[in-house]
Amino acid sequence: MLELIVISTLNGILFGMLLFLLSSGLTVIFSMMGVLNFAHASFYMLGAFFGYQLSRWIGFWPALVIAPLLVGMIGMAVERYGLRNTHKHGHVAELLLTFGLAFAIEEIVAMIWGRSPMDYRVPAALDFPAFSVFSTNYPAYKIFMLAVSALVFVVLLIVLKRTRVGLVVQAALTHPTMVAHLGHNVGRVFMLVFGVGSALAGLAGVIAGPSLVTQSDMAALLGPILFVVIVFGGLGSLPGAFIASLIIGLVQTFAVALNGSLASMFGPLDPGMGPSVLTDIWNVTIAQIAPILPYLLLVLVLIVRPMGLMGTRET
Amino acid sequence: MTDTATPATNIPTAPRGNNLRFYGMWAIGAIALVVLPLIFSSGGALTSFSLIGISIIFALSYNILLGQTGLLSFGHAVQYGLGGFMAVHLMNAIAAHGWFIPLPLAPLAGGVGGLAFAIVIGWVMTKRAGTVFAMISLGIGELVASSSLILRSVFGGESGITTDRTALPHIFGWSFGPQIQIYYLIAFWLMISTIAMYALTRTPLGRVCNAVRDNPERVEFIGYDPHVVRYIAFCLSGFFAGIAGGLAAINFEIANSAYLGAAQSGLVLFATFIGGTAYFVGPILGAILVTYLQLGLTSVTSVWQLYFGIIFIAIVMFAPGGIAGIVMMHRPLIRAGTLGTVIPAYLVSLVPTLVLALGVILAIETVAHYAESQGSAFSLFGIPFDTGSPLTWAAAVVLIVVGFLVARITWRRVAEAWDRATTVARERGYLA
Repeated sequence: MLELIVISTLNGILFGMLLFLLSSGLTVIFSMMGVLNFAHASFYMLGAFFGYQLSRWIGFWPALVIAPLLVGMIGMAVERYGLRNTHKHGHVAELLLTFGLAFAIEEIVAMIWGRSPMDYRVPAALDFPAFSVFSTNYPAYKIFMLAVSALVFVVLLIVLKRTRVGLVVQAALTHPTMVAHLGHNVGRVFMLVFGVGSALAGLAGVIAGPSLVTQSDMAALLGPILFVVIVFGGLGSLPGAFIASLIIGLVQTFAVALNGSLASMFGPLDPGMGPSVLTDIWNVTIAQIAPILPYLLLVLVLIVRPMGLMGTRET
Repeated sequence: MTDTATPATNIPTAPRGNNLRFYGMWAIGAIALVVLPLIFSSGGALTSFSLIGISIIFALSYNILLGQTGLLSFGHAVQYGLGGFMAVHLMNAIAAHGWFIPLPLAPLAGGVGGLAFAIVIGWVMTKRAGTVFAMISLGIGELVASSSLILRSVFGGESGITTDRTALPHIFGWSFGPQIQIYYLIAFWLMISTIAMYALTRTPLGRVCNAVRDNPERVEFIGYDPHVVRYIAFCLSGFFAGIAGGLAAINFEIANSAYLGAAQSGLVLFATFIGGTAYFVGPILGAILVTYLQLGLTSVTSVWQLYFGIIFIAIVMFAPGGIAGIVMMHRPLIRAGTLGTVIPAYLVSLVPTLVLALGVILAIETVAHYAESQGSAFSLFGIPFDTGSPLTWAAAVVLIVVGFLVARITWRRVAEAWDRATTVARERGYLA
């Protein structure tokens, strides 16, 4: 049991940090531009596929740098030539544009790489057990993932809190018009933030690709969870996104690891009752309901605390 | 049918002639529904018409949210799917218990299913509009779609629940086995739902929905609660989506989890938006086009969904009014008699735009075929291409680049001609 707790905690924190790599970009973009970037998870997927392809051509380490840069450039192009032109039609049009993009990117990826999972392997240099907890070997690659996410987190914090660009970004989060009045090129700041956000998503894709599954439906699977994270944490709140990422990461990982059901806790139902909704609920294991837990959390948050964990505006 | 959903000023003063035209259009629509299967009586055509009918109801129900009330939902298929399951369960129960409920009433059960779900979950969902509602609807959609795989006794797991529509009591000697009878059943419900949904846009409730879409704050000042209005719109939309789902369940004789999935929600959004949300007729056009493309393209290309995505992106970026919006934009020009001045510019720009589109299609098809099997041959519009030869790739790039560069110039010409024509139309008093 203790082993399960330790391993699941590590995995949960890891998944949470990955989620934060994505949700940080998403929430900053959302609060600055009012655009919920539906294609954010698609950039994550692009990162994974670019990482896969580049690591086959030139190796994992160059891919780790180049793939996020490529994704960041695509993100900037999307902002410059797509969103900026659509802005005059309102937020719904912008949201729909990113929705269409997410759809198109998934189809393009499926067209080029097919719909089956890629053979994206952990680089040989990191393919060894880092340490063993009880009887389980914990792979070094997961430690590497954790380290990269933590590093990005720290760098992001320093950039946002300590540099001039970070100050402008922070100001633009709450008072975008005021920032524009002060003479900053808000358009360029937006493009930059969008690019950096996409690049972070791409980076998350590159490092998550070998560990999770690299497949053309990975964006569609992760996207909705990201939205849950930023609503749960409070729209526009970076600390909220951080806490929510960790919570969702931990909840998901622990739920997958637990095999209990109501039947195993209270004993099986009378077999004479036949199949019904009750027997379905009675026999379902926690692992089976893991995929819907984030959405249950979302509904719960909306009922109990509509502004999210750390949000200031009511969602 | 072609009145805009927005202006409320010119309605009471409709003269007699307009009235006649209005009812004439509905009559033409009804006659077309009756006559169409007599002209195109092949099995494939009947199936297509049935699918189009269902998706028209579905798209119109979606437009109650998006076009009328300004609620962008990414989970509209939930009500559609639950309606389908409700209808299937009712049909199975009727067959098992021998109740005397004929099949034509089954879609109503679907509607009740969609309505019931909307009543339960809608209050929480419609608290806020805009992006927040969009996200929540997506979350709820995922929640229901995933739950449907867990609650096997109700949703039948992966395989879904089947039914037999002919096992229900027959009326008027119709067994509802042949597709033609199902088509007329769908046409009947299509007519009823369309009239009901159109009437809804003319009621005070429909008008308040428009007001909530445009300015919720002012609606609050005149004494309505936007939340309540959104909630009612959501429930009504769920009801009609449920009817569409019930009809789909009758048509396919099955309901499964794909009915309430994200793909179905995306499709109805595409249909509604491509058609145009600002006009009542928009979603009808969109549903016809999208269903037709869906049926037609699947046999032609393996990447038809990508074309959907590209068409959708193009509409969002360049014509957010959709097809109906583009058509209606020209109405003041026709009235002012200045349409003739823009048509030459249109024709000129058509050529490079087609070249550009051709280049994009060639590029996509080449990549798709290349990814499937390197160095294979395929034909496009009767012209053979070889994916292995660099010539094919070069041709695609040249078509795209040249097409785009030339098209951009002609588009500018179109914009200029358009400005001139609208200026004249404005001077003649046909454009506000």
